[in-house]
Amino acid sequence: MITTTHYLVLAAIIFAIGCFGVLTRRNLLVMLMSVELMLNSANLTFVAFAKSLGDTSGHIFPIFIMTVAACEVAVGLAIIITIFRMSKISDVLGLTFMKDIKSG
Amino acid sequence: MDNVIWIIPLLPLVGFLINGLVGRRLPDRLVAIIGVSLPVASFFIAVWSFLELLKLGDEGVLTSTLYTWIVSGDFVVNLTFRFDQLSAVMALVVSGVGSAIHLYSAGYMHDDKSFSRYFSYLNLFLFSMLVLVLAEDLVLLFLGWEGVGLCSYLLIGFWFDDMENAKAGKKAFIVNRIGDLGFFVGMALIVITIGTLNVPEMKNLLEANPGLLTAGMATAITLFLFVGATGKSAQIPLYIWLPDAMAGPTPVSALIHAATMVTAGVYMIARLGFLYVLSPTTMIIVALIGSLTALYAATIGMAQNDIKKVLAYSTISQLGYMFMAVGVGAFASGIFHLMTHAFFKALLFLGAGSVIHAMSGEQDIRNMGGLRKKMPITFWTFLVATLTISGIPPLAGFFSKDEILWKAFSTHLGSIGILFWAIGLLSAVITAFYMFRLFFVAFTGESRASEDVKKHIHESPFSMTSVLILLGIFSVIGGFIGVPELLGGSNHFEHFLAPIFPHLGSRFDAHSAHTWEIILLALSLVAAASGIFLAYLMYVKKTDIPKVFVKKYNALYQLVYDKYRIDELYGAIFIRPFFVLGVIFSSIVDSWIIDGIVRIVTMATAKLGRLFMSFQGGDVRVYGRVLLGGLLLILIIVVFGRV
Repeated sequence: MITTTHYLVLAAIIFAIGCFGVLTRRNLLVMLMSVELMLNSANLTFVAFAKSLGDTSGHIFPIFIMTVAACEVAVGLAIIITIFRMSKISDVLGLTFMKDIKSG
Repeated sequence: MDNVIWIIPLLPLVGFLINGLVGRRLPDRLVAIIGVSLPVASFFIAVWSFLELLKLGDEGVLTSTLYTWIVSGDFVVNLTFRFDQLSAVMALVVSGVGSAIHLYSAGYMHDDKSFSRYFSYLNLFLFSMLVLVLAEDLVLLFLGWEGVGLCSYLLIGFWFDDMENAKAGKKAFIVNRIGDLGFFVGMALIVITIGTLNVPEMKNLLEANPGLLTAGMATAITLFLFVGATGKSAQIPLYIWLPDAMAGPTPVSALIHAATMVTAGVYMIARLGFLYVLSPTTMIIVALIGSLTALYAATIGMAQNDIKKVLAYSTISQLGYMFMAVGVGAFASGIFHLMTHAFFKALLFLGAGSVIHAMSGEQDIRNMGGLRKKMPITFWTFLVATLTISGIPPLAGFFSKDEILWKAFSTHLGSIGILFWAIGLLSAVITAFYMFRLFFVAFTGESRASEDVKKHIHESPFSMTSVLILLGIFSVIGGFIGVPELLGGSNHFEHFLAPIFPHLGSRFDAHSAHTWEIILLALSLVAAASGIFLAYLMYVKKTDIPKVFVKKYNALYQLVYDKYRIDELYGAIFIRPFFVLGVIFSSIVDSWIIDGIVRIVTMATAKLGRLFMSFQGGDVRVYGRVLLGGLLLILIIVVFGRV
């Protein structure tokens, strides 16, 4: 039997993976994907609690989040592609042309 | 403000402001008119106030409060001028002799390029000095006290192009600071114990409640104030600045360093006489320092060849007499001698200035001589002043000096007075000797000047000689206001000042006092005559005696000639250690400890800055990590902290 706890643990694992990805990977595209993972882990949590508490408003939120995430991906991907086209760089550490000082 | 005495110091201040601010753009003649007429006007107001004061009788006093200067709890300082018998005498002497010297300066300084600067300083000096003598409050007196010190510094270093003059000014200023510190501590102790610095109030409080001051505290206060007096009035051990102060223009030496400023210490002690009589210890110390200074400076005066240096040491010596007088409680005699001294010493200095002026700046008496024919007025007035200072009757110096010697002899302090008297008498012999040595060498005999200088020797202009004659007249008649009863006079001067001073008895009864006074009088005359005779013998009759003497006792002569090498001694025990201390502080304490602390602070700030700079590197992932770490920390605290 799959209980709410299982869902929550899965969501936590996905969140941790996403978090780890954002913090460790240097590729912009991968970082964006990791952010999506975290968003989806939050969706999963919402749905799991909605199911166990029988509250339908918990089902509404993931739909909103997915919509926002889609917009976000559209904008994010556009920026990433533009940056890549401009500078041939997809590594975040190289993206310092917006400031003068060197990063510590 | 119900009378005009506040105008007395105001007028010279106005002169200072005009000459100081716009004097450079005015023609010299106008500067001189402003600079001389305002002091003269203030002298006339002083005379007028004096006549008003006489109408008021014995207990009369004129005061004029301008405004309240300081209010701090119970401690109040008013800007009040007080014109009583003592300040009347001082104000008349200061503004009178001051005006005369201003007039003389107009002739003496006529071709100086800083003519207006000179007159603005001189007027500022007169203002400060009048504030000093008219102040009712010690704080206001101190303001004048510092003001005259400042003007003294400015005028000693008047020709500051020459480093020596600038140094002499600095020396006078620094030595005076040491004395002023003592003065200040004394004032602070008065505030602590009596609670006010207003002189008449102090007097009333002490009369109402003598327990305010313990004997020890009275001694401490008076001694500290006396330290201030030794600085200002050039007494042992702080006299060293006065001989160097001769670097200033000669009228300045006459006004500031002979007639007025240097007597401020005597005035201060006389003014606070009611405090000084509370401490016999201090009285004895003051009299002892005074008498020793009188003797000591007189001996140095014997061996000097610079005409102004001789007069400088003579001034120190005469100031010693005044301190002897106030020390033995004869305040009126001290002020009497202060007044006569102002006349004859100003005259001596101005006469010397006239000679220096005529001889193209020559100050060495060995290069003078034979001035009687060429400068008759200077010659005769200088002779009068020399006779006066030597104590020849009936000139002013005789009455005042003899009065001091008698008061010292008969002092209530006891038989120690005989010691003061003996030192004073010995100094009188030496004074007569060195003054006539100066006179004979500088004025009589054949001229020893070079041909160039000789051609230019001339009598000074009328503005200078008129002052010499005026002061000469005062040196002759000035003593008659204080003729002692013994000689058929009635000592008006002492009776006039009597309301101000505490009355101290004599250790003799009236009958034996009379006998003693006659004996002392005769001895004084013998002293003066023997000094003059000795000088005549050595410098006119048998001029080879000094040479033989110098050869025989060369070491002693050199020691006296070098002023006992006290300057060198002070240099070795005070200035040198301070200098070394300065070097130590600048090279170790400042460059290592102070700079070190500063460097550590800057280094720590920079390091700390660099540490926090890594959080602001602009790297999003670092922000994320910090965010996550913080979040986790909060979570841990929330979850486990509650358990």
